[in-house]
Amino acid sequence: MSEHDVLNPKEMPLNPEKATLEGKNKFIGFWFFLGGETVLFASLFGTYLALNGSTNGGSSSQELFGLELVFIMTMLLLTSSLTSVYAMYHMKNNDFKKMQIWLGITVALGLGFLGFEIYEFYHYIHHYEFTLRSSAFGSAFYTLVGFHGGHVVFGLSWIIALMIRNAKRGLNLYNAPKFYIASLYWHFIDVVWVFIFTVVYLMGVL
Amino acid sequence: MSTMVATNKRSFGSVLWDYLTTVDHKKIAILYLVAGGFFFIVGGLEAMAIRWQLVTPMNDFVSAGLYNELITMHGTKMIFLAAMPLIFAFMNAVVPLQIGARDVAFPFLNSLGFWLFLFGGIMLNVGWITGGAADAGWTAYAPLSTTSPGEGVDYYVLGLQISGAGTLIGGINFLVTIVNMRAPGMTYMRMPLFTWTAFVASALILFAFPALTVGLFLMMFDRLFGSGFFDPNMGGNSVIWQHLFWIFGHPEVYILALPAFGIFSEIIATFSRKRLFGYSAMVFATVLIGFLGFMVWAHHMFTVGMGPAANSIFAVATMAIAIPTGIKIFNWLFTLWGGNIQINTAMLWSLGFIPTFTLGGMTGVMVAAASADYQFHDSYFVVAHFHYVIVGGVVFALFAATHYWWPKMFGKILNETLGKITFWFFFIGFHMTFFIQHFLGLMGMPRRYWVYKEGQGLDLGNAISTAGAFLMAIGTIVLLYNVIITSVKGEKVGGDPWGARTLEWAIPSPPPFYNFKQLPLVRGLDPLWIEKTEGRDGMTPAEPIGDIHMPNNSFLPFIMSLGFFIAGFGFIYQKYDLAWLSLVFIGMGIALGSMLMRSVKDDLGYHIHKEDLVKEAKE
Amino acid sequence: MAEKSSLHPAQLDYERQKRKDEMKQQVVTFALMIIFTIISFSMVIAEIDKLFVIPVIIVLAAVQVGFQLYYFMHMSHKGHELPAFMFYGGVFAAFLTILALIALVWW
Repeated sequence: MSEHDVLNPKEMPLNPEKATLEGKNKFIGFWFFLGGETVLFASLFGTYLALNGSTNGGSSSQELFGLELVFIMTMLLLTSSLTSVYAMYHMKNNDFKKMQIWLGITVALGLGFLGFEIYEFYHYIHHYEFTLRSSAFGSAFYTLVGFHGGHVVFGLSWIIALMIRNAKRGLNLYNAPKFYIASLYWHFIDVVWVFIFTVVYLMGVL
Repeated sequence: MSTMVATNKRSFGSVLWDYLTTVDHKKIAILYLVAGGFFFIVGGLEAMAIRWQLVTPMNDFVSAGLYNELITMHGTKMIFLAAMPLIFAFMNAVVPLQIGARDVAFPFLNSLGFWLFLFGGIMLNVGWITGGAADAGWTAYAPLSTTSPGEGVDYYVLGLQISGAGTLIGGINFLVTIVNMRAPGMTYMRMPLFTWTAFVASALILFAFPALTVGLFLMMFDRLFGSGFFDPNMGGNSVIWQHLFWIFGHPEVYILALPAFGIFSEIIATFSRKRLFGYSAMVFATVLIGFLGFMVWAHHMFTVGMGPAANSIFAVATMAIAIPTGIKIFNWLFTLWGGNIQINTAMLWSLGFIPTFTLGGMTGVMVAAASADYQFHDSYFVVAHFHYVIVGGVVFALFAATHYWWPKMFGKILNETLGKITFWFFFIGFHMTFFIQHFLGLMGMPRRYWVYKEGQGLDLGNAISTAGAFLMAIGTIVLLYNVIITSVKGEKVGGDPWGARTLEWAIPSPPPFYNFKQLPLVRGLDPLWIEKTEGRDGMTPAEPIGDIHMPNNSFLPFIMSLGFFIAGFGFIYQKYDLAWLSLVFIGMGIALGSMLMRSVKDDLGYHIHKEDLVKEAKE
Repeated sequence: MAEKSSLHPAQLDYERQKRKDEMKQQVVTFALMIIFTIISFSMVIAEIDKLFVIPVIIVLAAVQVGFQLYYFMHMSHKGHELPAFMFYGGVFAAFLTILALIALVWW
């Protein structure tokens, strides 16, 4: 397949993300990478679970966490996962405009999530003086949730970059795999969050 | 072809630029070989300093502090900056050729992996010139590491973080390459054993390195940002570091050892003129070792106090690994049995490996017995054990691979006489150095101490050990001389100087940059051998001559790695003065900026046209 | 390059329709995920016994993640055998890591 066909396909195949060898490589490689990310977050979860009682006389999870905010954040992120499924649905139907719209909604929801998370950290730091340096629990909490937040920031920047870069030229066989793996990344962020709200927040207030 | 002629007379600058921007796996292999070889020599010099300090009782060749830095940097360097990249050198040079691919799956990431490794490796060593390298042992146990003054351990943490990212990228690249890029007919059960071991080792990299990544982040936060993961005063627990380190650290042993097994499997089969005995059992054993390798890490922590239940589980799991390893040892022996054996340097290393590694394996079962390990722990017995495994297994394999694949990489055979001299010096020197250390350990000599007292019966053993180290050094120097003399005077050889069995020998040495003009049709295990037995010279092509798609070179991997390198200094020195944070922003800006550039700039590669290929064949 | 433009229009319509149906299924999956989340939160708010709640919310989280993987990330589709295998390899290593850090750190 020549470069021209990749950028200007005569007809989009049913699975444009896997139509080229590069696309197939990206698809497999990114799933493998997510397998590695699983171990990365497992190490952080394990550390958190080992240290979540080590408050060193400072604030404990029961004192800190409120569930309202976490519930809203969870809803935002879960919904953004569905909207990114919609985006990929339209990508496969070669409907670039709709894909961009749904990705835009995904980004907006992700930004909302991020805003709440920043507010939450700010709240803990200023009202409870609960920081990375307060206790081993504080270190573990900010590192685990912060790593997830870092992934959200990276994922949002990635999707926004892709949307802007391709806004004018639409879908082709070169950028379809990029959109697809970015959406996989976004789903994985949601997977991690499901465990964070369960293990950190829900089990934290019990 | 006109460009071919031009390559012969290029200036130094253009060659340098070519290597800085290359995405060709064969050139990246050479970069890994040179960089890994350099760190191997520096690490060896550190080892010589250690042995010279221990040559007599109460020696004062180096100070206690410098001794700690030497043992730390020797261990870290040999594992992460010598053994790993040298393994990657041969994986890069050979795996794509063995599976009949024109390139790896992610040429750009392949280059990024190398540059991250190199900049991380440099960062790790910067401590030497800024007033003290890392001195907490290569395992960097907390609280020794978290309270170590100066920046030595910071350089360890940041350096390993950067080079570890490179290794992870390299691992994913090889996984996908082996999954997606195999030539027509190259089924999984027809893959050469080196490719299989590279595959399993890459999977281990994928699952083991993230644990190290997290461990290093926690260590970095503790040292640089005041967190309390490993600080009991804040409720932290230093055992967490030990777990994370060894969850990574034990698979790491197999990440190194499995490709070494693969190298020997190729060499022994080739020079016995026999198909590898028990191929499927070898594949099974490789996968089983990889699987079990994840469930044994806590045997490094028997004396921490995990209790008898945990110790027993990990002891049994550890001993179980002896079974697949035993399968491998017997399969090599049976491959030799009845073979038409040709003894050359590569084969000498392989034959030397079998008993040496078996010794390391036997002491491995000894230290795996948790109750006995209370005696062996932190003594020279353990030092002897892991040098038998890592040197006797991995370094011997690297020497063997150097001799075996040198003609494929550079088109010349390393001098055989000099090769054999290297082998005998190194082999005898190795056993002199480390065999006696088993007994020093049993006599109670602890590891990592900078002096020992007179009159405790340790003098003679240590003197012999140091003498052996010098023999190894002589062997290595002879090898270096061999490389130089071969490069200058060696004669060019053809594509298949050994009469070998696998695909990499079906193409010219060194291979053209596109590897295979036509992808070969693989009809079974040892595809080239099959064609030879049926009287053909080379492989049957699986496709007509056509345009070949190639990736573009890129300077971005270098820039990206440089960005992380700069940011690393910022992270370290902001602990003294927050103004240094500006370096973090600059460095991360460069790194993330180049990532963005990579993302938005189309890179579709180019095509070598069919007409040029045909024309080149005629010339 | 397995599937080029050679698809028959009828087949194309069939695939499109299948996708449309699947999209409906995705919405149902999403609804279930939301319900699971609400159950988890309300069980915690209702202050039911810890020993009961913790296992249940972890199972609910695992099921939710299963939905996410198999439907949202299409792991149920063909061609996902190796991704699934390697991903579960990661899950296996992750499981051991978490188990060790829970059980073998304090004593």
